[in-house]
Amino acid sequence: MQWEVVIGLEIHAQLMTNSKIFSGASIAYGAEPNTQACAVDLGLPGVLPVLNTEAVRMAAKFGLAIGANVSRHSVFARKNYFYPDLPKGYQISQMELPIVETGKLEIELKDGTKKIIGVTRAHLEEDAGKSLHEDYQGMTGIDLNRAGTPLLEIVSEPDMRSAEEAVAYMRKIHSLVQYIGICDGNMAEGSFRCDANVSVRPKGQQEYGTRAELKNINSFKFVEKAINIEVERQIELIEDGGTVVQETRLYDADKNETRSMRSKEEANDYRYFPDPDLLPVVLDDAYLAAVKATLPELPDVKRDRFIAQYGLSSVDAGILTVSRATADYFEKAAELSAAAKLAANWVMGEVSASLNKNDLDINSCPVTAEMLAGMLKRIEDNTISGKIAKEVFEAMWAGEGDADAVIDKKGLKQITDSSAIEALVDEVIANNPAQAAEFKAGKEQLMGFFVGQIMKASKGKANPAQVNQLLKQKLSS
Amino acid sequence: MSLDAEQVKKIAHLARIEINEADIPGYAATLSNILDLVDQMAAVNTDDVEPMAHPMDASQRLRADVVTETNQREQFQSVAPKTEDGLYLVPQVIE
Repeated sequence: MQWEVVIGLEIHAQLMTNSKIFSGASIAYGAEPNTQACAVDLGLPGVLPVLNTEAVRMAAKFGLAIGANVSRHSVFARKNYFYPDLPKGYQISQMELPIVETGKLEIELKDGTKKIIGVTRAHLEEDAGKSLHEDYQGMTGIDLNRAGTPLLEIVSEPDMRSAEEAVAYMRKIHSLVQYIGICDGNMAEGSFRCDANVSVRPKGQQEYGTRAELKNINSFKFVEKAINIEVERQIELIEDGGTVVQETRLYDADKNETRSMRSKEEANDYRYFPDPDLLPVVLDDAYLAAVKATLPELPDVKRDRFIAQYGLSSVDAGILTVSRATADYFEKAAELSAAAKLAANWVMGEVSASLNKNDLDINSCPVTAEMLAGMLKRIEDNTISGKIAKEVFEAMWAGEGDADAVIDKKGLKQITDSSAIEALVDEVIANNPAQAAEFKAGKEQLMGFFVGQIMKASKGKANPAQVNQLLKQKLSS
Repeated sequence: MSLDAEQVKKIAHLARIEINEADIPGYAATLSNILDLVDQMAAVNTDDVEPMAHPMDASQRLRADVVTETNQREQFQSVAPKTEDGLYLVPQVIE
């Protein structure tokens, strides 16, 4: 039987506020346990939540960025359940009237296919604390620093039909929330988390199959693997005559399997009701217009502009616009050097490779966009070759100054004097008579050998185009 | 609408309230009374009434995004039954 996979994602993006969603405690990551959990976060008697204005603004900004309906009137509700890292016995969230409703995003797959994925809603809620199950002899340790941290839960329509689509959508949201400056996207610290609802159905069937919810998958790679392994499990189960149970499952990356976590059969027993401690959030058109005015150029628009303005390929423009910082870096280097394609190749090549190798962010790149542009100009005006440029780049990375200083200090200026190059060519031919004879006899592959020898003799400084030209002349004469 | 014993037990479980078996019929009766009242209210025609999220006709006041709380862990933990390494300790919960 042919199976169709149906996936919907729930993404939790932690908002980049200073303080919590309903209290004045800090949300800074990595503090000593419980030093950032105040009376409101602890749910002590007599406290009242007061909503953080920035959390509202960020949620509205997201809604506007995906062309959604930002609700003029949204309401907070209590989601009731008992767990020790939720001191109040309920999570403040939004149910019937979320702040963002019905938006959409376009994703692009590896083969270039585009697809629209619906965003059902995005709502504001507070995060819970953390439970530490080890080390406390039969007890569980609770750290409530995270309790009350503002989250935007972004819920997609069940529009995705493969793990690849799910990852493309997740990447898109990940890029977008960082572009608009509402989430730092740090998956290792849990600032960006994803739950996947996965089901399968016979191809052509209208109604959905029973879904399993895969919880808290913290990398793009794991999302893809977890979905694929879960799909495999469900299909096997059904084909063996079993039925899928609606439940929450945990992905175990070490074993590459999903396993049942807790039965969600009581899912309808969260007993949501409007939180009487909080009044409806009312936003007017003027407010939304003001927020909209703060939206930066969004990734898709920027990509199209890069293609049109700099003549980049769609793939390259896509890579360069995934992060706003990378896009800004590229654009600055392209503008200053007036060599956009070269700049694109360097940013996607040496720059990102060096950043990866040193585990650095582009914002802290030791070679600034200005420095890169300075070097690109020297490639463009033939002062250095592309190969020598790598040496210059490494020197700049190591803090030896800008391109001109490095070229000067290391004597890397390209040899473009044709008589000097001619001398080198003659020398190399004279030193390799056997190869020269073979070449003349028709073994033209030896061209590469001669070029290599000449470049070596010139310490890489001879202008490659001139070397090629002179070499051809000499060898065919 | 009337609740049966199983439903009463489930509600008690959801609320983490321990109840005596002998009290269940009484709870079932009083809770059912409340639901009857809800039924009665549900029968009222509210076609032209806007749903109300809050009895006060006001909107939420917002707070500036400023850290105003200082670390008072010691004070908060002085009333906790058990703490260690700055953590609150609770009976083990394992999923």
